[in-house]
Amino acid sequence: MTKPAIEMQAVNKWYGDFHVLKDISLSVEKGEKIVICGPSGSGKSTLIRCINQLEMHQKGHIYVDGDEVEAGAVHPALSQGQIGMVFQQFNLFPHMTVLQNCTLAPIWVQNRSQKEANDIARSFLERVRIPDQADKYPAQLSGGQQQRVAIARALCMNPEIILFDEPTSALDPEMIKEVLDVMIELAVSGMTMICVTHEMGFARQVADRVIFMDEGEIVEENAPQAFFDNPQSDRTKLFLSQVLSH
Amino acid sequence: MNRRLRRTLTWSRTNLFSTPANALLSVVSIWILWQVMSVSVDWLLLKATFTGASRVDCLKVDQGACWPFVSAKFSQFIYGRYPDTERWRVDIIFALGVLGLLPMIIPSVPFKRLNALFLLAVYPVLSFFLLTGGYFGLSEVETVLWGGLLVTLIVAITGIVMSLPLGILLALGRRSELPIIRWLSIGFIEIFRGVPLITVLFMASVMLPLFLPEGMNFDKLVRCLIGVTLFASAYMAEVVRGGLQAIPKGQYEAAHALGLGYWQSMRLVILPQALKLVIPGIVNTFIGLFKDTTLVLVVGIFDLLGIVQLNFTDSSWATPQTRITGYIFAGAVFWVFCFAMSRYSMFMERRLKTDRR
Repeated sequence: MTKPAIEMQAVNKWYGDFHVLKDISLSVEKGEKIVICGPSGSGKSTLIRCINQLEMHQKGHIYVDGDEVEAGAVHPALSQGQIGMVFQQFNLFPHMTVLQNCTLAPIWVQNRSQKEANDIARSFLERVRIPDQADKYPAQLSGGQQQRVAIARALCMNPEIILFDEPTSALDPEMIKEVLDVMIELAVSGMTMICVTHEMGFARQVADRVIFMDEGEIVEENAPQAFFDNPQSDRTKLFLSQVLSH
Repeated sequence: MNRRLRRTLTWSRTNLFSTPANALLSVVSIWILWQVMSVSVDWLLLKATFTGASRVDCLKVDQGACWPFVSAKFSQFIYGRYPDTERWRVDIIFALGVLGLLPMIIPSVPFKRLNALFLLAVYPVLSFFLLTGGYFGLSEVETVLWGGLLVTLIVAITGIVMSLPLGILLALGRRSELPIIRWLSIGFIEIFRGVPLITVLFMASVMLPLFLPEGMNFDKLVRCLIGVTLFASAYMAEVVRGGLQAIPKGQYEAAHALGLGYWQSMRLVILPQALKLVIPGIVNTFIGLFKDTTLVLVVGIFDLLGIVQLNFTDSSWATPQTRITGYIFAGAVFWVFCFAMSRYSMFMERRLKTDRR
């Protein structure tokens, strides 16, 4: 039995008095694809941000690859760049070219040579279908292209897990598909993925499990088929009727 | 010819005389400009004396600038009381400085890394040994003899070069999550910003020796350099902090998510963006610092302005126009340096602009 990629045990977090995560327990196997959905403010982003230490939980335990995530120390998987993250606002480095964005961490975190890092970056840029944009600056690209660079940048670290925090929410509608296509391809390749997203079509197509969160709790958790066709909780039903109706 | 005249007329009609109010403003402005220009040109050139050997040459009726005063004292203005026979050492340092700086500031010249190494490591050490002497058969020249533009440049350049890294560290310290580091940074910044530079210089030159153990004493110029550097770095810290605060949180998060450590993310991701944003503020501080160097006079160090003023007391050049000639000369020198910094910073800003289409 291999260790789960991510294991959460009764995780709690407060922002002041606001109880943002309530007793979250969740286990993600290697290669599993999880989609987390839920209304805004339900704690889904906070949940995945606790995995790579952008936020710190206050109670409970989080294990990544068997090692506990603890305050005051950078988790070994994170320090080696093994937990990739793709943000809603892309967060590319505007003062670097696309290629430099992709080679920065391989060079400085994984001590790769410039040439090696360039080769890796170019191969991933090819995979996200923007090899010809390598020498442009992020501001010269469209939103969809920027998000694909952000995915390539995460992939260049050869991560074990990639966290997606609403990757298509800041995109113009016509660009959502190009990003989702890349994510689907990535899912098919066997990457462990946790995606916070409202793209229900994507969830249906690639997720192994769909998790619905509301008010800091996991309300419902099921395989996509069962989740969409036969939701159990009233809150899930209401949410689904709202996101699927348009 | 006729066509050009017509174009000029069209231009002035649309730009200067489009409405009665506009026309009035234009006429008044041109009149003021004419007054200023004619008085200046009169005084600086037409009524000025250019050659002469002493005050008698500058005592015409309706005398303009007395330039022979400047040319007679020129070398003093540059070197202060640095001994005549040793001034070649200063010349070498000036020349090396220009030779080192020029390729550094022209972006297309290669070997920037080596160049920076020369300017930041080799050049200061070389300058120190060559200017102070006492080694390698060079006679020792005490810093009390240094003066003029030499001292102005030493104080300004040391202050500029040292205050930027120090200011960056203080700005990072002020935003640190470690309380002791944060408190120390805030304390340092607020104390040095809250005190006039004159006070800092007095403290450094008069008070500091009282606190040091007996027998331990270091050079007055060095103490001034430290004072000026600390003072400027407090201002620099706040400028840099402004830049750090303007960087979106997502940049810090993306760097963190890629596994970059604190210093790596600062050096590679945050500071390059933050510093670029605050180039105008940084250069503003540099220019302020450059002009503030004149205050070293209060502790008995004669910078360019100090040495010019000192020469007003020379009775062989006492004329009604000596003072103003000297002040205009000193002002012009300061202006040239400050204006150059300002233009170069604007050039860099344009060059580094990558985050816009």
